[in-house]
Amino acid sequence: MASANALPQTGPVRFWDRLNISTKRVIWAWAFLAVPIIFYAGIRFYPTFQAFWLSLTNWDLLRPAQFIGFANYQKMFADPVFWKVFQNTFLYLIIGTPVSLVVSFVIAYYLDRVKLMHGFIRALYFLPFLTTAAAMGWVWRWFYQPVPIGVINGFLSSFGIPQQPFLRSVDQALFSILIPAIWAGLGFQIIIFMAGLRAIPNTFYEAAKIDGLGDWAILRKITIPLLKPTTVFLVVFSSIGFLRIFDQVYNMTSNDPGGPLNSTKPLVLMIYQTAFSSYQMGYAAAQTVVLFTILLIVSLLQLYVLREKK
Amino acid sequence: MTMASTKELAANSRDIRPGRIITWTLLLIGGLIMITPLLFMFSTSLKTSGQVYDLRLIPAAPTLDNYIKVLGDGRFMQWFFNSTLIAVTVTISNVFFDSLVGYTLAKFEFRGRYFIFLAILSTLMIPTEMLVIPWYLMSSQLGWLNSYWGIMFPGMMTAFGTFLMKQFFEGVPNDFLEAARVDGLNEFTIWWKIAMPMVVPAISALAIFTFLGNWTAFFWPLIVTTSKELYTLPVGISSFSAEASIQWELIMTGAAIGTIPTLLVFLLLQRYIVRGVMLAGLKG
Amino acid sequence: MRKAYVAGLAAGISFIAMGAAQAVEIEYWQYVFDSRVQAMDQLIEKFEAANPDITVKQTTFPYADYQTRVVAAKVAGQGPDVVQLFYGWTDQFVNGGLIQPLDPAVFPHAEIEADFFPIVSAMKRGEDYYGLPTAVRSLALFYNKALLDEAGVQPPNTLDELLAVAEATTKRDGSGNITTAGITMDMAGQDHHWWREVLIRQNGGVPYDAEGNVAYNDAAGAAALKFYTDLQTEKNVGLVGFMDEGQAAFRAGMAAMTIDGTFRLGAFAGNPFEWGVVELPADANGMRSNYSSYFANGIGATSTGEELVAAQKFLQYISSPEAMEIWLNTVGELPARRDVALTEANLADPIRGPFLKGLEYAQTTQFYDEAAQRQTAIDMVNRVLLEGQSIEDSIAQAAAAEQAIIDQGRQ
Repeated sequence: MASANALPQTGPVRFWDRLNISTKRVIWAWAFLAVPIIFYAGIRFYPTFQAFWLSLTNWDLLRPAQFIGFANYQKMFADPVFWKVFQNTFLYLIIGTPVSLVVSFVIAYYLDRVKLMHGFIRALYFLPFLTTAAAMGWVWRWFYQPVPIGVINGFLSSFGIPQQPFLRSVDQALFSILIPAIWAGLGFQIIIFMAGLRAIPNTFYEAAKIDGLGDWAILRKITIPLLKPTTVFLVVFSSIGFLRIFDQVYNMTSNDPGGPLNSTKPLVLMIYQTAFSSYQMGYAAAQTVVLFTILLIVSLLQLYVLREKK
Repeated sequence: MTMASTKELAANSRDIRPGRIITWTLLLIGGLIMITPLLFMFSTSLKTSGQVYDLRLIPAAPTLDNYIKVLGDGRFMQWFFNSTLIAVTVTISNVFFDSLVGYTLAKFEFRGRYFIFLAILSTLMIPTEMLVIPWYLMSSQLGWLNSYWGIMFPGMMTAFGTFLMKQFFEGVPNDFLEAARVDGLNEFTIWWKIAMPMVVPAISALAIFTFLGNWTAFFWPLIVTTSKELYTLPVGISSFSAEASIQWELIMTGAAIGTIPTLLVFLLLQRYIVRGVMLAGLKG
Repeated sequence: MRKAYVAGLAAGISFIAMGAAQAVEIEYWQYVFDSRVQAMDQLIEKFEAANPDITVKQTTFPYADYQTRVVAAKVAGQGPDVVQLFYGWTDQFVNGGLIQPLDPAVFPHAEIEADFFPIVSAMKRGEDYYGLPTAVRSLALFYNKALLDEAGVQPPNTLDELLAVAEATTKRDGSGNITTAGITMDMAGQDHHWWREVLIRQNGGVPYDAEGNVAYNDAAGAAALKFYTDLQTEKNVGLVGFMDEGQAAFRAGMAAMTIDGTFRLGAFAGNPFEWGVVELPADANGMRSNYSSYFANGIGATSTGEELVAAQKFLQYISSPEAMEIWLNTVGELPARRDVALTEANLADPIRGPFLKGLEYAQTTQFYDEAAQRQTAIDMVNRVLLEGQSIEDSIAQAAAAEQAIIDQGRQ
């Protein structure tokens, strides 16, 4: 398409020359969009509809799919494990998102004022973002081991504090997995918050200073409200990340996936197991539809709530 | 520079020196805590199996034996190559197509433009996890399972990248493009030669994000690859660790090998990467 | 002139092509376990030397996704020609069309039944055998000689002695944390077999009734579970999750005893300390039990034509007495043929002896979905240890969950 008008006197070119400029541009536009449209239709939209369709079948990889209505959904809603997983997924979300946002904002707020070794300190916070969750899952898993091998428990017991079960506890395991997830994303959020802070025009602060506002008042009345677009972006971005948590859980609990007693199992791991360990593709598709619905609702809700006061 | 704003303010308003020193120290300690897992990972990768229980950070007798052992059979090199090939290819594809579509949506007037834009944007709402089962079915029917293309095809274009590039192309003045048209350049050349060089920061942001995302991708490569020769680095590390019978020094070595390349790239390109992330975050 | 040249070239190419076509390549799949992979490498080398027209490519996967990979490959139409499977997966593999029955002309039933240990019957469905094992495995108690000597105790012969030895060898730090375990606790490893087929029977029960339904939801099952969980809660001689896996703790010299199978012999060979093996402890009445199992090799459903012939040859070879010897020496697993296993030298061997004796009174669980049934045992113990559920409630819940898996498997 690049050389269309470089071709010499052939039929199509004469036809091309007769078109007016705006028509030509429309043709160019559609030519540019042709491959992407095929891609989005074939690799995004068609599979989406297919997922909905498969969720109504009993496809199990080995035999052809049969339509079974809403049986998969009935089975899912009657399954206590699903509700446990549903609850876990929300725990990852409602703890992970606020904690990571508050921590990263505090760090960004203060880091922004630091001049001495600014680049170095920023790099320390940012490095974990560049790691691979699959690899770091194993590092953290090692950290959480009981004595004599676990780093954290070794540290605790050297102070006479009783060792903690971490991944071997139905109460602590989910948090133990959440920490590496927050840890890995923190650097990104800090950088984004710092970018947001720097984008606030100086004049606002000068005006506030003239009005005699203190640091706290400036933070509350100027910085935070003006950071709203950045915050909205990060809330949506990190919520989606926590709702889709998988890599950490998969690698940190590989002996008893999502355990102990399903206390760490998120929806995506359940989907993976249903689809690729039990081969119940139809049932797994129904679970993906639930994930889709949750993501949709959460995203729309957040956009609505956070845009309201703007 | 606006970057000075808050700092100046801090310096002028309540400039209590001890307070600033405490803040600085706390930030530094926090930063060191952030990299503690990485330090222990590297430290343990240099220990022998007998020293693993010695939890000191500095190994008593550092050795590269684990690296020799882990890298010895070439598996990690193969996975490193696979990850690089896949991440580079997908990044090039994204830079090309996302820019092209973003440009078209930003700078062309035609019926259906808004519809196409909304349609692409709406795919942001579809989680990958929902698509893996149909993709898996599609791949098995088309023979894409267990191939490079099978790993790559879902990410060849993204709505995020398209949106990002559209935002940036909207800031490119039309005068430049019109001038090029008067000079008789065709639309493709105008995009490639005139518009693209004006959004280089955005391109580098997109490239960094796409590369990182694909380099660390785990879920889909885990599903679509069946033979070890085709594993990406994350899938390889995960499978290697599960097979290592809990020999932590080897597991840490594998994790370190997977982490070193990105850390090196970061150290070399820190400024560009941080700027790229900021750009993507602000406009995305 | 030129034509002749071209014709010659074409003939040459077709000759090369024929040569290439004659070498059949077949694929062998098993899960990753160092010594097994090495043993198979040796077998392949010998087989290829004897059959120069066949090459065998070994492909391995982590145990955790092994089954998924087999199914995925079938979907992709590129399955293995010879595939290793746990006897407990046979139903899933047969129902899923992943393996084909062995041709009785090549593998006569009378010979199989005469030469192999009777547990090979678990590979029979209807009139057909679906696989043959190279080796069988049983359980035994591994002990760390150095740690036992240090505590001045002998390897246990009974369950009471087991408790005493575990108590004597357990080391704890100032905060009471275990730093060396008396015995490993790892339901995800072999302990669920110990509980199912050994402890329940020693407490006077049976894990499954004659129809194969769950039968451990009674006093015997509860007593067996209590014995197991008490190791952590009452006696504090073991800790689930200590060193992440039981075998890792023993290998690191951090556990005095562990219950594991013959297949672990190869991995433990490199342990930097002296260790020994005894039969699983008897109960107070001297009653013993054991759990025996095996991985069989089957022929992939997609294998046809000359690949099928080559696959049959390969399967014959890897179930031959010679292969069993190699497997025994490399992996440590016991030969599946009686006359190869029960030699005097083997019975007198301090390591092999206890396993072979265990084989005499061993039970084999009829699994429908081994992974899921194991998960019910893992969860049962976790409920007691982590959630404080009562032994009786936990076992009732486990029995219901496992029965549901069995019912579904029968459909």
